Amino acid sequence: MSAPTRTRRFLDAPLDGRARMLMLVAVGLLVVTYFVPLWNLTMFAPQYRDGLRLDIFSHTLAGGNSGQDVREINVLNHYIGMHELTNASFAEFQWMPFAIGVLGLLVLRAVVHATAAALVDVTMLLLYFGGFALWSFGYKLYRYGHDLAPDAAVKVQPFMPPLFGYRQIANFEVYSYPRAGTYAMVGVIVLLVAALAWTWWRTRRDAATPGVT
Amino acid sequence: MDRSRYLTTAATTLVLGALAIATSRCTPSAPQRRTGDGGAQSDSAVAAQKTYVAPGDLDEYYMFSSGGHSGSVYVYGVPSMRHLVTIPVYSPYPATGYGFDDDSKKMLGDLTWGDAHHPALSETKGDYDGRWLFINEMNGRIARIDLRDFKTKQILGPVPNLHGNHGSSFVTPNTEYAMMATRFSRPVPNRPVGLDKYATEYKGIVAGVKIDPASGEMSLGWEILMPPFDYDIGDAGKLASDGWMFFTSYNTERATGKLEVTASQRDRDYIAAVNWRLADQAIAEGKGEMIGGVRVLDPAKVPGLVYLMPCGKSPHGVDVSPDGKWIIGSGKLQGVTTAFNFEKVQTAIKNKDFTGEEDGIPVLKYESIKDAEIEVGLGPLHTQFGPDGFAYTSLFLDSAVAKWKLGTWEVVDKVPMSYNIGHLAAAEGDTVSPDGKYLVGLNKLSHGRHLNVGPSQPESSQLVDISEEKMKLLYDAFTEPEPHYAQIVKADKLHPIEVYPKEENKHPLAIWDVNDAGVTRNGNRVTVKMIAVRSSFTPTSFEVNEGDVVTVALTNIEQTTDELHGFGLLDYNINIVVDPGETKTVTFTAKKKGVFAYYCTNFCSALHQEMQGYMIAK
Repeated sequence: MSAPTRTRRFLDAPLDGRARMLMLVAVGLLVVTYFVPLWNLTMFAPQYRDGLRLDIFSHTLAGGNSGQDVREINVLNHYIGMHELTNASFAEFQWMPFAIGVLGLLVLRAVVHATAAALVDVTMLLLYFGGFALWSFGYKLYRYGHDLAPDAAVKVQPFMPPLFGYRQIANFEVYSYPRAGTYAMVGVIVLLVAALAWTWWRTRRDAATPGVT
Repeated sequence: MDRSRYLTTAATTLVLGALAIATSRCTPSAPQRRTGDGGAQSDSAVAAQKTYVAPGDLDEYYMFSSGGHSGSVYVYGVPSMRHLVTIPVYSPYPATGYGFDDDSKKMLGDLTWGDAHHPALSETKGDYDGRWLFINEMNGRIARIDLRDFKTKQILGPVPNLHGNHGSSFVTPNTEYAMMATRFSRPVPNRPVGLDKYATEYKGIVAGVKIDPASGEMSLGWEILMPPFDYDIGDAGKLASDGWMFFTSYNTERATGKLEVTASQRDRDYIAAVNWRLADQAIAEGKGEMIGGVRVLDPAKVPGLVYLMPCGKSPHGVDVSPDGKWIIGSGKLQGVTTAFNFEKVQTAIKNKDFTGEEDGIPVLKYESIKDAEIEVGLGPLHTQFGPDGFAYTSLFLDSAVAKWKLGTWEVVDKVPMSYNIGHLAAAEGDTVSPDGKYLVGLNKLSHGRHLNVGPSQPESSQLVDISEEKMKLLYDAFTEPEPHYAQIVKADKLHPIEVYPKEENKHPLAIWDVNDAGVTRNGNRVTVKMIAVRSSFTPTSFEVNEGDVVTVALTNIEQTTDELHGFGLLDYNINIVVDPGETKTVTFTAKKKGVFAYYCTNFCSALHQEMQGYMIAK
């Protein structure tokens, strides 16, 4: 038995009930990402003891304190000439919910087609999507910290806000961490990889014991 | 010769010295118990612990203290006695721009002072509900402060017929009414009548100010024509005595001239018991006469409306016990406090147990309605209550507070006050459920118990611990003139906002986008819609013509706590302060050509100093 044949056999392998169940749960988790934030930035300063909170959803920014925190962050940022944080300035909010929807449909398609090949496709797409979304978010943060108006009242060195973890920026302690939406997305990938692993293992087992389908 | 001179000198010194010693020995010194500066003392360690509120921690109670002729209400935290904020009511207060913007200026009218006396928190079932604070003023006015934002929302009056609104603003147990009563009688309707006709032609007035249960909006309900006495203080009956209102009166002599003598001749004056529910009913039946635009009831024509309860000479305070059973009246010139039994009052009314009448109002028989005369001390004025059946009466002349028991009428303790206590306020001490933890003596004189600040000395408010058997003085606070009365309410009963929510701002000139800011002209009327937000005004300049009537409508579009912005226009006597989410207008005539700066007067941010603009008048 040559290797290509083995791969071929795996890609053609049907997905059993257990794998498809894992994939359906993954679709459920994808739906969850619409309703919970993906990421959170929280900033503390002596005069902001409760912190200014910024939740990033797949489709919108949401400030703490009934949205007031976003306005406050913008008021503060205007002193250093930072662009205003608005939904309009995030193209991500347009394509991300759509992309998640498409990925969900592709997972469902794989459930129906029930072939390992379809599952491999959508898993790869999801990994690419996750990676791209992270890069896009990081790049956005970089641009916000570097595209500062030249006539700003307060001149600061261009800076990179933290993508993950903690950083001190002027009088602010800034914390940036993934939230439930990102964990759900990681869960989706874990579930799909688990479905793949299960199918791989099952295919090998079945190959080792001919006669059983 | 030298020797004789020496002897003479020695002898003289000896004699003078002996005289000096003798003289000093004969000079009386203060009694031993009075140590230190001679005033009230406290156990420092205990007191410090009880009043210490650590930085960042909050007080347990709010105290709303009347500012007397300053026209303001001062808010303190109890037990720290820290001054938290001033609520201007009857006088302009540049610190918050009150009395400078169009609305508050209109509310004040022509009067830019007022003598605020008795704050009254709104009540539900006889307990503070934390919604509004009412406060009276001598020029026939009463105001409502909304405790949602601690701002004066309405000033009613000057009310017709009523002159010198001292006996106010006591509320009924469900805030149906706040009351008014005259200190100065005068002809009703007002007209020039000689003082020789004082006894017959001059009249006192009791007025019921109706409170809208939803909005708190006040309107004048009715008035009652009263004999020409000076009405001082009132308290509403509660529980057992609900439906009645009690007012003390002095100068029942109906005297004029130097009242300190002429009004102190009779041994007893009166507490007027007013059946306000009957007043309501009489008005509904169309009784009374329209005088000055208000329906006025004559008690002689509405039997049962008013009765007079004889009380010790020249009473000030009348206070109803938490259960409503007793009405406590103190004659300041008699030295006893009388507990009247409401049930006995009702029986006396039923049995017509009268000893006379005043202008057709029956006078009840003193002996038939009193339960006890309590020997509290000299100069008894006002009484507050604790949760455990104890009452606390202020003693002006003894300069002390007496603690005594309702029912047994036994005086159990006294604590000295520095000095000359007037009113006193116990924590929720005039409600159906007093808290009993603290009491504040509102003293008239401080006599230098503070760093010397020159002859114009502050008043003193002293915090007393009443949680134990013995009262303990805890703290001296020095308050703005003039703390007449105060209300102390548990902090968790109030739920104030921190910013005005944008969506609630319905001001017709409010704008939220800098692109909407600018100048519109209609003839010589110019409207400037302006935005204030850290750290600039939009527009940063505007032009008008000399003689234009200019309205600046300033919206503070901040929604962040404590981001207030001021608008001071130099040379124009204009300074308004706009809270986050608020819009205020100020209207003025551009009186002369030139350039005038406006700037943010209320510190806002690191670039506050840059927050400015110019008005150019051509």
